[in-house]
Amino acid sequence: MFTAERVADEKDWMKGETGDWELIIGLEVHAQVSSNAKLFSGAATEYGAEPNTQVSLVDAGMPGMLPVINEFCVEQAVRTGLGLNAQINLFSRFDRKNYFYVDLPQGYQISQFEHPIVGEGEIEIHPEDGDAVKVGIERLHLEQDAGKSVHDLSDDETYVDLNRSGVALMEIVSKPDMRSPEEASAYVDKLRGIVRALGTCDGDMEKGNLRADVNVSVRRPGGELGTRCEIKNVNSLRFIRQAINHEARRQIEIIEAGGTIDQETRLYDSVKNETRSMRSKEDAHDYRYFPDPDLLPLQLEQSFVDNIKATLPELPDARKARFVEEFGIPAYDAGVLTADKVTGDYYETTAKGRDGKIAANWVMGELFGALNKAGIDLADSPVSAENLGGLLDRIADNTISGKIAKTVFEKMFEGGGSADEIIEREGLKQVTDTGAIEAMVQEALDANPAQVEKAKQNPKLLGFFVGQVMKASGGKANPQAVNQILRAKLGL
Amino acid sequence: MSDLTNLTLESALTGMASGDFSSEEITRAHIDACMEAADLNAFITTTFEQAMDMAKASDARRAKGEVGKLEGAPLGVKDLFCTEGVKTTAASQILGDFKPPYESTVSANMKADGMVMLGKLNLDEFAMGSSNETSSYGNVVNPWKNGEELVPGGSSGGSAAAVAADICLGATATDTGGSIRQPASFTGTVGIKPTYGRCSRWGIVAFASSLDQAGPIAKTVKDSAILLDSMAGYDPKDSTSLNVDNGDWVNSCGKSIKGLRIGIPKEYTVDGMPTEIQSLWDQGIEWMKDAGAEIVPVSLPHTKYALPAYYIVAPAEASSNLARYDGMRYGARVDGENLNDTYERTRAAGFGPEVQRRIMIGTYVLSAGYYDAYYLRAQKVRTRISEDFKNAWENCDALLTPTCPSAPFAIGRKLNDPITMYLNDIFTVTANLAGLPGISVPAALDQDGLPLGLQIIGKALDEDTVFAAAGALEKAANFTAKPKKWWV
Repeated sequence: MFTAERVADEKDWMKGETGDWELIIGLEVHAQVSSNAKLFSGAATEYGAEPNTQVSLVDAGMPGMLPVINEFCVEQAVRTGLGLNAQINLFSRFDRKNYFYVDLPQGYQISQFEHPIVGEGEIEIHPEDGDAVKVGIERLHLEQDAGKSVHDLSDDETYVDLNRSGVALMEIVSKPDMRSPEEASAYVDKLRGIVRALGTCDGDMEKGNLRADVNVSVRRPGGELGTRCEIKNVNSLRFIRQAINHEARRQIEIIEAGGTIDQETRLYDSVKNETRSMRSKEDAHDYRYFPDPDLLPLQLEQSFVDNIKATLPELPDARKARFVEEFGIPAYDAGVLTADKVTGDYYETTAKGRDGKIAANWVMGELFGALNKAGIDLADSPVSAENLGGLLDRIADNTISGKIAKTVFEKMFEGGGSADEIIEREGLKQVTDTGAIEAMVQEALDANPAQVEKAKQNPKLLGFFVGQVMKASGGKANPQAVNQILRAKLGL
Repeated sequence: MSDLTNLTLESALTGMASGDFSSEEITRAHIDACMEAADLNAFITTTFEQAMDMAKASDARRAKGEVGKLEGAPLGVKDLFCTEGVKTTAASQILGDFKPPYESTVSANMKADGMVMLGKLNLDEFAMGSSNETSSYGNVVNPWKNGEELVPGGSSGGSAAAVAADICLGATATDTGGSIRQPASFTGTVGIKPTYGRCSRWGIVAFASSLDQAGPIAKTVKDSAILLDSMAGYDPKDSTSLNVDNGDWVNSCGKSIKGLRIGIPKEYTVDGMPTEIQSLWDQGIEWMKDAGAEIVPVSLPHTKYALPAYYIVAPAEASSNLARYDGMRYGARVDGENLNDTYERTRAAGFGPEVQRRIMIGTYVLSAGYYDAYYLRAQKVRTRISEDFKNAWENCDALLTPTCPSAPFAIGRKLNDPITMYLNDIFTVTANLAGLPGISVPAALDQDGLPLGLQIIGKALDEDTVFAAAGALEKAANFTAKPKKWWV
């Protein structure tokens, strides 16, 4: 299923001294399973807790302690697999990956080597600068995280925090189907959208809850595959792009200088924007994988999988298509509004039963702008989707004008409350009483006799009087009514 | 009061129930006996003060009418079971003065049933050995003597010696390749390894997880059933624990075996086996016939591969299970130049030669390029061995075999010859590889006056039949010999 045949768009080729190069990229993404308890122990998984306070006897590798699988984590892995349109393996098995390190208390990591819980799948990504690309999923497996080594608390000692030890991770391995840094980051972005929509991982890259190992090699466009290097633990979309760029450039320079690429593991230094060798293939650990004898193979019932499938939420791609169809908004807007679950839910609540385009403009324009300026997440927005919807209703029924609506929105953003409350409190209700409007129109006409004559010749000048009336009414006069009365009085 | 130590567990429980003596009295008698038997080196840690407190508490419970399955009985616990607040060593230096903040499920079950714990019994380091000579706390001496001092077998040598010397009414043990049954055979005691999954492994220092199983060493078959009934039971903390009820084991011990089909596996006749062992086996066959059993010759064709497969699987798992002893969080540490140096120094100092040997074998057989040839093949052999047994069960209900290919041997004789040492397990490892219950029953003395055992292997979860056959064997053998108390 590896699409080695796909050659990158020419715009994605990298120029070298001796010609063009094409990038071949595959990713291993580690996504922390959203779960209150660890994969094999009952310990909690709260982020940011005091060091070594979320550690059970199992996580600390005490003598005689045994792992017991957390069924919820299994469910989350299956749910994610279904979201990746992937094969769910009813039989899977846990293996031990053996190596020594201070933050690995058992001396082995429990992972899935030969028989992962999820097999091949496929997702579609939408790089900003190109067409949609299909990326194959090789597998997804469950494994435990290690603890954290802290080297900077002391000059000559390393401290270890085992809070992460045993936390459930999903390792999602892609096929080497990406051809540019933008495709790679679009892939991770899409993956993040999917796991967030599914509620199986919070996708928080800053906290390290989603991080990627990036495999990069270069070849002549459409030519023989090169030797790859793996860049470990890259934790932002920008760093992924930068690391790939740098690594590809490094490889091209070596090859063009007549050298060869050593298969090795490298680290990305975001400060210096470079990758550094961590260990070569020769130094690679022999992990001595073997089935964990403390755990029985995982045998799932088809009904278990079917039940999860039946309760799967709508995924970003499907939601996007539905928004275009149901609300009549452009694909680009739909993409923005379905980037994550919170945004999608917000928009949907706002747009339901209203004009979808106007709703999209308000959410992406006024709301996002205000949130951005205030540095607030949508989830914490002071303007609820219900209240924004209510505001749109008052525009639609001419209670207020679009202009006044912006004022109402500002008030809403500052102090909350519904549109009706604010309109009432601030006296912003549109004047639709034709008698009152007529008086104001007459006043404006009387005050500007010269303009009246001009306007009769050139109806385009009507706007001047509309402006005068609106000004006089404090913006509250119904513009349509003002227009209508003006025209009648001027005999237009 | 020293006659209280001659009692079986069953009669001690009865004696306390009828008020003939208190737990305090029988516990005191056993503590005295333990102190007299210091030369046996059966204990690594004694907990006599706590034992007296536990005995008093037991008497108080009994006065209120609360009587558990093991109420007030002074027993020993193999030092592979973690015991809360009591030093747990696995007979290794690497655990240092480790005092677990938790209690193993098996010993917790027994405490809940009224056990009085006398202390932690010696064993081969990490249960790796067949003579108790690999213990870093010194070897245990077999109460049975033949001019020279003999090994008690292993790895549960301390448990077996303590029961044989009447210094505990019974003891816990573990069996990975024969570590309950072989020492039982060497000391004239009864030892049963139940079906894999009967006893929780939670809180037992792991040797080879897929083979390790706890069981008792006791003075009689019935005592072993009483003990196992307390030790066994489903434990959700062990994923390999079986969610099944215990059988009616105590009552099965006296059941008739009339019509029971006893299989005799022809492959268990091995080259170089002493004629005495063969004739004891023949004698056993006659005893079973006399008890009404039908004798059926069976074949377990893959038996010869069992020992090699065992010595791949067990070290492989051990090499990984023992990785956690790195000097970082508990136990002993020898500081080095850097992290790797600290690991190396700690593990070089903390593990004895046999444990190091097995870690290296295990690491080797799991290594890239060797995994398929060793570990994978051994697992295939394991499957074949299980199939052999399944085929045998078509024609019989249990098997009768010798427990060991020899009587207890002199201390030091086999220590530097690992292959000969490993051969001790030849008749016992098959039950571990297939997860089946096996029991060793003392059957006779050899020409030097040393005990020899016979083994019954049963179907998975069919301990009831195992106990019935063992009971019949015990009755026919009428083994009443006791070692002379030379240590007093």
